[in-house]
Amino acid sequence: MKQKSVAVVGAAETTDLGVIPNLSQIQLHADAAFNTLADAGLKPTDIDGLATAGETPTNVAHYLGITPTWVDGTSIGGCSFMLHVRHAAAAINEGLCKTVLITHGESGRSRVGAGMRRGAGGASSLQGQFETPYGIVGPPTTFTIPVLRYLKTYGLTEEALAIVAVIQREWAGKNPRATFRDPITVADVLNSRMIAYPFRILMCCLVTDGGGALILTSAERARDFPRKPIYILGTGESVETPMISQMEDLTTSRAFRVSGKKAFDEAGITHADVDHLMVYDAFAHLPLYGLEDLGFCKPGEAAAFIAERNTAPGGKLPLNTNGGGLSYMHSGMYGMYAMQESVRQLRGIAPAQVPGAKISVAQGVGGMFAAAGTIIFSNQPP
Amino acid sequence: MPEPTPETLHFWEGIRAGELRLQRCDQCRQAYFPPRPFCPRCASRKVSVFRASGRAKLYSYVIHQRPAPGFVPPYSIAVVQLDEGPRMMTNIVGCPQTPEALQLDMPLQVVFEKQTDAITLPLFKPAGK
Repeated sequence: MKQKSVAVVGAAETTDLGVIPNLSQIQLHADAAFNTLADAGLKPTDIDGLATAGETPTNVAHYLGITPTWVDGTSIGGCSFMLHVRHAAAAINEGLCKTVLITHGESGRSRVGAGMRRGAGGASSLQGQFETPYGIVGPPTTFTIPVLRYLKTYGLTEEALAIVAVIQREWAGKNPRATFRDPITVADVLNSRMIAYPFRILMCCLVTDGGGALILTSAERARDFPRKPIYILGTGESVETPMISQMEDLTTSRAFRVSGKKAFDEAGITHADVDHLMVYDAFAHLPLYGLEDLGFCKPGEAAAFIAERNTAPGGKLPLNTNGGGLSYMHSGMYGMYAMQESVRQLRGIAPAQVPGAKISVAQGVGGMFAAAGTIIFSNQPP
Repeated sequence: MPEPTPETLHFWEGIRAGELRLQRCDQCRQAYFPPRPFCPRCASRKVSVFRASGRAKLYSYVIHQRPAPGFVPPYSIAVVQLDEGPRMMTNIVGCPQTPEALQLDMPLQVVFEKQTDAITLPLFKPAGK
């Protein structure tokens, strides 16, 4: 696959983020799409490829007035948009379409026009038979289950989770669009309300409304667009299991490892080449797993890496520089916002700009360690 | 309540009869869970159902602090490692729902808790209690 011949030429989020009761979910898609079309200097009729999750491509195409020759409705949770980028790159290279719009919009908090909440399968699915009966009620009681095993394996305490939230709040403090910006301490996190031991409220992501969109085209065409192209260097995707109890190993995500390795191999870069990293943080343990499973840290060493301020402002590997799902925003399928921040950093327009950033990695998770997608971006032509 | 399928019925009938039934591959001898009529390791369709010991160790868990339908907080949601190898989700009962009482790797024993005429759930309690 000639991944290197594709670039992002449009990227934007919804005009507002946070609590948006005046827009339905489909209109959040449209708001993000129109902001992104304006960013790229395009109109809906210029789009011939469409990918989305949460809503169907049919809903979004009809609503925006797009007649696509290629659609992708891959919907495997919050990393779906990473997979859309990967699939779009392949489709553009294959000549199936020229200009792909990827939209996300989610009324995660206000639930306006949001339809049914996503969740595990019905009572006859494997999750419905072998997990749901034990009182799991959404991500805070599911995604969190592996962590006590992780902490015991590596001799760590809940402080390892707290420091993640504290440093991401430092980043959020630099970002006017972040939902939570006031500094917090490790003690604040460890004294915040218990949700599901060992997880306290400040270790859990926000629930907000918002959206974002991307436009991709071939690197050759990308030169004619108003914005500096952000090139796709490498991509990866994988899935493991819909049941968190059936992960091969509760201390590491196989989907992360497979997806990450694929993306790094495609990009032909080393970890030392990476200037900026986004790891989808639905909960405070995700950056720990991400740093280790992508190979930035050895197993069990991510907590110390973060505590030593390597990922903090001024550190050698700035991580989740928008504040992340813990402090910036989290509509439910956050992967789009991770990529938006990668693009802002490489365009040089991020609120907490990493000076001279050239390569950014965005790691997404789908479900509860069920799926993963990895995109490696660069502002340098491949 | 779980709705058994043709592939999982033996498990739920076993639980109702007071047996924890797993499957084992006749070819590679791997014991596995959740139920399916083929081996997830070697893809052999020659598999057998067997009665497991019901012994397990506490592998990981959370203690939910908020109410959920049918549950009074705090309650544990756990992954246990069965002596035969597979892991499964369950609740730990018969002990305080506290980090002090719920120590990782503590030995556990299955108990069967009737929910409806059709469904009994396999829960686990500290061994020897």
